[in-house]
Amino acid sequence: MIEAIFTYEFLQNAFLSGAIIGIIAPLLGAFIVVRRLSLIADALSHVTLSGIAAGLLLGQTFPVLSAVNPLYFGMVFSVGGSLLVERLRNVYKHYQELAIPIMMSGGIGLGVILISIANGFNTDLFSYLFGSVSAVSRNDLYAVIGISLIVLVTVYLLYKELFVLSFDEEYAKASGIPSKAVHLAFIILTALVIAVSMRIVGVLLVSALMTLPVAAAMRIAKGFKQTIWLSVLFGEVSVIAGLISAFYLDLAPGGTIVVTSIIILLGVIFWKKEKN
Amino acid sequence: MKEKPPVIDIRDVNFRYDRENVLERINLSIPKGSFVGLVGPNGSGKSTLLKIILGLLKAKEGYVELFGVPQDKFKEWDRIGFVSQKANSFNTGFPATVFEVVMGGLVKKMGLFRRPGSKEKEAVEQAVRAVGMESFLTRNIGDLSGGQQQRVFIARAIVSNPSVLILDEPTVGVDSQNVESFYHMLTHLNQDLGMTLLLVTHDIGAITDKVTHVACLNKYLHFHGSMQQFVELDEQELSDLYGHGIRLLDHHHDH
Repeated sequence: MIEAIFTYEFLQNAFLSGAIIGIIAPLLGAFIVVRRLSLIADALSHVTLSGIAAGLLLGQTFPVLSAVNPLYFGMVFSVGGSLLVERLRNVYKHYQELAIPIMMSGGIGLGVILISIANGFNTDLFSYLFGSVSAVSRNDLYAVIGISLIVLVTVYLLYKELFVLSFDEEYAKASGIPSKAVHLAFIILTALVIAVSMRIVGVLLVSALMTLPVAAAMRIAKGFKQTIWLSVLFGEVSVIAGLISAFYLDLAPGGTIVVTSIIILLGVIFWKKEKN
Repeated sequence: MKEKPPVIDIRDVNFRYDRENVLERINLSIPKGSFVGLVGPNGSGKSTLLKIILGLLKAKEGYVELFGVPQDKFKEWDRIGFVSQKANSFNTGFPATVFEVVMGGLVKKMGLFRRPGSKEKEAVEQAVRAVGMESFLTRNIGDLSGGQQQRVFIARAIVSNPSVLILDEPTVGVDSQNVESFYHMLTHLNQDLGMTLLLVTHDIGAITDKVTHVACLNKYLHFHGSMQQFVELDEQELSDLYGHGIRLLDHHHDH
């Protein structure tokens, strides 16, 4: 395995991207879960898919654009979707969760239309849906690194505001914290992380990497910082173990990563139960 | 000598949700160093008035001044501590320690991009000691009882050393044995530390022997004055204010 990583560039891309995503997805996931926004991550990943489809279609139709990584179209759609979710949550003040099925079905609907127009560009689609060990390019890796740096710096600088906003939104507003701006920054970061994580875990499973490690960590952590560290640890183990097994068994890594994190989650729940 | 401006000054404030008037012509001023009880039945607009003071809602008409500064120009929000009703402000499963929760009270004061250092840690420990919760610093907030949680929220509110503390029904969900020591702690903050307190409650009997001033709210402000003036009101005037018979000193309701 180690030898193969040194030999093949595609493996380096996949493992480096995976290792980084294993950190940032659960990091943001910790805030997402405690704020009860888990399903928004899901909705955004579906919107990202339509962005990817748009990118692939444009690349097919206009050869000039084929040089542009469809991932960037995914990011644009994802960020646009995140802003739209916020609008919808304000439109349906008393039924805020309605924003999620609207975005989710809208994203898939648009994606399916774009895919049909392009006659189902067979090549890449499967890897976008379920992740891939072999399809991650150097370019993708650079995007992952860039976004991750932005995420890490922002969370480092805004940690205390994000914490207060997550813990008690009313208090955050009452104490004069710029909660709207902080929330906006947060939701845009989430959209970006979803877009770049998709290469490894795929559209359909990206939200799992943001929520399952956190769900496990919350069972045993003391305090929020510890929840974050444990989430990152569980996320990292899931990604690495998932990628290795995907590589050897020739499986889609989205599946192996998610199943690994489910095993960790069940293990934690069981261990906690035994302890009590 | 010019008199100090009231900590909170509300003038001719009206507020309505859709078409229903919730507050009409409210005039209320909270003098520095006082302990004001704002009482009124459920649905009387108490929480709305608090939200207006805190800037969470905007009064349709009228004028609010904080420390002598018009509210829309007011910047020093860390001078106002706020303790909301426990029940609806956070989800009890949240994985945060007492230390982390109280540190939240310093976030605004520290300002953007600054991270807490030893000064902030000391302030947190001091505030937690002031409410008698020092042995719970590393416990998760969700593992504490209702009364303990409310103490932690007081610590969060006073950690930035505010001049005024606003409490919205702070004893809801706190068992009766702990309510008395809870009020004892408030009296200590008011008398020994000179903190101005504005306490909102629907249960006037619980606070009559603690507060210095009373304001009775039910859409209109029916009475506003010192405790001395308030106890001199006769039974008839009281029930006009409050809508039904109330007992001033006995706060042990029979159920």
